[in-house]
Amino acid sequence: MRLIWLLLSIFPLPAVAAGMGYNDARHLLGRTGFAATEQEIQEYAGLSRAQAVDRLLAAVTTEARTPPPASVMEFIPPHKLRARRQDASEAERKQFLREQIEKSLELRAWWLREMLDTGSPLTERMTLFWHNHFVSAQQKVKSLALMARQNLLLRRHALGNFGELLHAVAKDPAMVVYLDNVSNKKGSPNENFAREVMELFTLGEGHYSEQDIKEAARAFTGWSLDRRTGEFRFYRFLHDDGEKTVLGRRGRFNGDEVLDILLAQPATAEFITHKLWREFVSPEPDSLEVQRLAAVFRSSRYDIKALLRALFTSEAFYAPPHRAVLVKSPVEFTVGTLRLFGIHPQDLRPLALATRQLGQDLFGPPNVKGWPGGEAWINSSTLLARRQLLARLFRAEEMPVEAMGPTDKLDRRTQRLGLAMTDYRFHAPRWFGQFPGSSGQRHTQITRLVLAAMPHESPAATGDDAGFLNALVLDPVYQLK
Amino acid sequence: MQRRDFLKLLAVAPLTAWSGGAAYAAAVRGDYRRLLVLIELKGGNDGLNTVIPYADANYYRLRPRLGIARDQVLQLDETTGLHPSLKALLPLWQGRELAIVQGVGYPQPSLSHFRSIEIWDTAADSDAYLDEGWLSRLFEHNPPPRHFAADGVVVGSPDLGPLAGGRTRVVALTNTEQFLRQAQRMEAPTGTSRNPALAHLLKVEGDIRQAASGLKSEYRFRAEFPKSLFGNSLKTAAQVVAANSQVAVIKVTHNGFDTHGNQRNAHARLLTELAEGLAAFKAALQEINRWDSTLLMSYAEFGRRPQENGSNGTDHGTAAPHFVLGGRVKGGLYGERPSLTDLDGGNLRYNVDFRSLYATAVEKWWGLPTAGLFGSRYRPLDVVKV
Repeated sequence: MRLIWLLLSIFPLPAVAAGMGYNDARHLLGRTGFAATEQEIQEYAGLSRAQAVDRLLAAVTTEARTPPPASVMEFIPPHKLRARRQDASEAERKQFLREQIEKSLELRAWWLREMLDTGSPLTERMTLFWHNHFVSAQQKVKSLALMARQNLLLRRHALGNFGELLHAVAKDPAMVVYLDNVSNKKGSPNENFAREVMELFTLGEGHYSEQDIKEAARAFTGWSLDRRTGEFRFYRFLHDDGEKTVLGRRGRFNGDEVLDILLAQPATAEFITHKLWREFVSPEPDSLEVQRLAAVFRSSRYDIKALLRALFTSEAFYAPPHRAVLVKSPVEFTVGTLRLFGIHPQDLRPLALATRQLGQDLFGPPNVKGWPGGEAWINSSTLLARRQLLARLFRAEEMPVEAMGPTDKLDRRTQRLGLAMTDYRFHAPRWFGQFPGSSGQRHTQITRLVLAAMPHESPAATGDDAGFLNALVLDPVYQLK
Repeated sequence: MQRRDFLKLLAVAPLTAWSGGAAYAAAVRGDYRRLLVLIELKGGNDGLNTVIPYADANYYRLRPRLGIARDQVLQLDETTGLHPSLKALLPLWQGRELAIVQGVGYPQPSLSHFRSIEIWDTAADSDAYLDEGWLSRLFEHNPPPRHFAADGVVVGSPDLGPLAGGRTRVVALTNTEQFLRQAQRMEAPTGTSRNPALAHLLKVEGDIRQAASGLKSEYRFRAEFPKSLFGNSLKTAAQVVAANSQVAVIKVTHNGFDTHGNQRNAHARLLTELAEGLAAFKAALQEINRWDSTLLMSYAEFGRRPQENGSNGTDHGTAAPHFVLGGRVKGGLYGERPSLTDLDGGNLRYNVDFRSLYATAVEKWWGLPTAGLFGSRYRPLDVVKV
């Protein structure tokens, strides 16, 4: 088994010998999407690395395949929401809460559907990357419409220009609410946005002072939203147009000018590049390579595609020590598993709940720093829950949705909705049918498709297909990409 | 002499007598049968509305809308009182099992949630970056016994905090019964890997196996826990204590203290849950005769700014009071009440370094040396009866 694996990784299959080969193609697609199918890998294996990356970038989209559910997109002004709650009877309140939870799940299910069905997994991965960078969370924003609009905004700019994205996000209503800029007023500044825009969105800690934050906060005063429409609105009379000193520059700056000052700092390109490296390459960025790539990013005036092209064609991206060293996030793990094994459920609300139980509630990152990711995805509870989910898919075992125990009201109420994963089923004959040939050949092909590296525990060579696959997905290496 | 008695003696002996020689220090294993429970007030608790300087007019000046009226404060002495929602803690206070340490913080405080909790979790200086939690560093040199179910258990948060990093055996739980049911299906992992991510996965598998064999418990508490997330978490923690094998540390997280806006009701609810939860936890531990061998400590990334903000809330601050409680705690007020006029950039000045609290747990509770653990030497508080 090990020998075959080794030979395969050294000598690509003859059919694809002209291009980057099976293993590189699997690596590229697995790292930039949500686990690739055998067919997708075979299509890319014949391309050179540069051709493959061009093809990935050409497929990028700026729009979702389907619009978010209409029920979610209706913006309800906060005062109306309050009035509706106050005037309601107990039964009406419960009904309202129930509807809110259903809508929350529908929104999550919608995004998961995009990830599952998209022709450009990279677009969705980058949308998710920015969601975890420019964090906003439903818990605080409350309005699902604003969360959904932000998601569309992030997708529109996901592989566009970082500077434009930063300016757009700073005026995004969900962000304005999430980082308290609605209460940032002349004379009583709220520093939350000013702090996070420097610490988490652009420069990174250590590249600014507390005084820079205080001054920058004044520049963002008056950036708020129209409470009737939920659109961004600038309130001139709340804006402090006095002189400010930010990062050594002095002037009567407004918010956009402060953002440009942040974009002019070399630290910004390095900070973003560093973070993308950790997303796509390895947990320990190579600082020289990061500097080289950050220079590409800056000289392209923050063209995200230019940076990703350089990253995905770099030697470091394909270097053997960087293979199988990243932990799949809950979304990558669940969506990837469904894609890889051709499972297409009708209702993705249970999947939304599953990712939440695994520690990644879409539209609800834990705090403004986002999900820490990496090894932090795996602890005793989440690892057991991942295995439980796999058991559910592959052994047709009943898994109640509360596998990890209700952690809050939303969980408990969701359980009452009676969601069940009835059609989350792996169709073995159809899937194994892709791999003709002897049992040994089949198992070799399946292993290189399913795992990013050799299994930690080699499955028994004599096992049947189902038992073999079951052993592979329960191997700890299946959690890696 | 019994080993236990010997350790007790060590705990009272002057530090200089035994923390000097490294060889000697290494031989001291500590008494991890004494349990440490850390209560994380996640988000940064508003200390000024928790332990209230109700006799100070500056308090009402800084808190025109959020201040707790004098006649509602639960008065502890002529200047200091508790938020009315902490009523359930009064019996502990009166029984002198609750210590309140005021003005806990550190120099050059960070006002960022993430950086500041990292400083607390790693017990680092403000300008130092450490990868391992302070308990993980302690356990590196003084590991809890191998036969314990785990070194630590984390309840209510996926974040391992002070137990992160190193070789610490730690499990995160939401519910013990479900954990045990699921863990039984896992086979014991073999070997390890040079790939850090894979090594981490193998370690977690190993931790699960061992914890599952040690955390079985048939015990049913008579004590009733409040029906809140935090109440459930404390109940899970109590079940861990009642199990057939031990752990050295339990961390329980109480979420939601980042009260930037409309704080009044939210904070009152958080404190009610805290106080009622802790009272129930005490009752539960008394049932199984563990109250006297348990020390609880609260902590948080920071307190909040004395001056309330324009949104009926409070922004990130610095120093805050913390609770130490347990059957062997010497109740009372410790540290000094921070001045409300001599502020540092609008924030309170600390007078007790948080590492003094940690040193109290390490030296006074477990009888272990802190030499080398925190960079500098921090004096433990005289808050534990021996």
